[in-house]
Amino acid sequence: MRIGVLALQGSFAEHVEAFRRLGVPAPEVRLPEDLEGLRGLVIPGGESTTISHLLMEYGLFDPLSRMIATGFPVWGTCAGMILLARHSTAMPHPTLAAIDIAVERNGWGRQVDSYETEIGVPALGGPPFRAVFIRPPVVTDVGPEVSRLAQVDGGTVVAVRQGDALATAFHPELTADLRFHNYFVQIVAAARTDAARTESIALTTS
Amino acid sequence: MAEAKGTWAVKKGLAQMLKGGVIMDVVTPEHARIAEEAGACAVMALERVPADIRAAGGVARMADPDVVQRIMEAVTIPVMAKCRIGHFVEARVLEALGVDYIDESEVLTPADESHHVDKHDFTIPFVCGCRDLGEALRRIGEGAAMIRTKGEAGTGNIVEAVRHMRAVMGGIRRLKGLSKDELMAEAKALAAPYDLVKEIHETGVLPVVNFAAGGVATPADAALMMHLGADGVFVGSGIFKSEDPARRAAAIVKAVTHYRDPKIIAEVSKGLGEAMTGIDIKDIPESELLATRGW
Repeated sequence: MRIGVLALQGSFAEHVEAFRRLGVPAPEVRLPEDLEGLRGLVIPGGESTTISHLLMEYGLFDPLSRMIATGFPVWGTCAGMILLARHSTAMPHPTLAAIDIAVERNGWGRQVDSYETEIGVPALGGPPFRAVFIRPPVVTDVGPEVSRLAQVDGGTVVAVRQGDALATAFHPELTADLRFHNYFVQIVAAARTDAARTESIALTTS
Repeated sequence: MAEAKGTWAVKKGLAQMLKGGVIMDVVTPEHARIAEEAGACAVMALERVPADIRAAGGVARMADPDVVQRIMEAVTIPVMAKCRIGHFVEARVLEALGVDYIDESEVLTPADESHHVDKHDFTIPFVCGCRDLGEALRRIGEGAAMIRTKGEAGTGNIVEAVRHMRAVMGGIRRLKGLSKDELMAEAKALAAPYDLVKEIHETGVLPVVNFAAGGVATPADAALMMHLGADGVFVGSGIFKSEDPARRAAAIVKAVTHYRDPKIIAEVSKGLGEAMTGIDIKDIPESELLATRGW
């Protein structure tokens, strides 16, 4: 099982390292051909406008959109959340719209307002998760099909899942806690099982 | 649980988000928008680019807060600004303006020839220039959450940035190979904090993000610095002192992302027009070198 990490700009090396520690090969993705043979993809933190430009320029946006439409597992952290949202403010190009949320870019303010805190994430189990927020997007609308995985004091949603698409407004790649990476690995592994099941159903009915 | 702002993870974290990107010097809101549209991951708000500072001579200071503020309003990407070495009041002013990163920079005329700003004391993170590993570790010791090579700003000549990046990366490789009982002597030789020397000996990497700066003028220059170990690139005069800034800016962004792919670098380098006019470092009087400011 290989999980790609979009490596156009941002904290991709940190994600690759987290997956390496989990024993999951995580090749860097810069061009459309790098998508071949992947079971899932992570869109890292970084500058969402930069990543958005480069997705367009190098022809990654269309194939990725098509893969996401068929249920390909994806996980976006911060800038990645912005790119996976149905709608985001102040973006130069369309988003990938994998998750039915609306976000406001830099909704929390500038770097002086960046912060870290501990949040409860029931889906992960165990102790609270240390979440580092760097000029994060703020989720302003959550669609009916979307699960809220975590929120901060005041009720703002900071982690969501819809089907096999996951998004976090913070950066699990910046801390040593691997539970979110492991959670995504489980999503990807289960997605493969689903595909295999579909195949076996197809075999028995034919 | 309470929110903690300005922590080491939060300061260092923003630099980690800039990795693999290009930070561009801009002097007007219009420049800033061109940089953002070209794919810059941040901009450096200035009154003059280094080539003009060099030409103007005299004392170079922090930019007019109005210039900085108008640039902050013009773009959604992070905005950095420069203060003079040791000028902690200029730094406080920039923090009050809400810039995202402060560059305590040798490009401006130093305010203190013995002491740099105590950067631990700020909520806003700092980036500082260095010429070798010892200088990098002294700045990190003072609280810099990001490091860049000094190079020789405003020259369009990559030779000093290469020298400094090789010195930093070579210094790390050397430290890794030492035995534990040699580390204190090495800390003395580097004039660097022992704890950081020990940390690099163990991890083999700098504890903060390290960009290249000072002389990048072409996509190939930017890719060269990435190969030498830079996490990303600052481009100062190289963009807005060239013939076609928007195209050159976009080309340098692509060259940094695809630095391992010479075909893409060839493609983006075509027909960019004139690069900025470069200066041979040997033609600069020693008193006018910027890299020797700070210690």
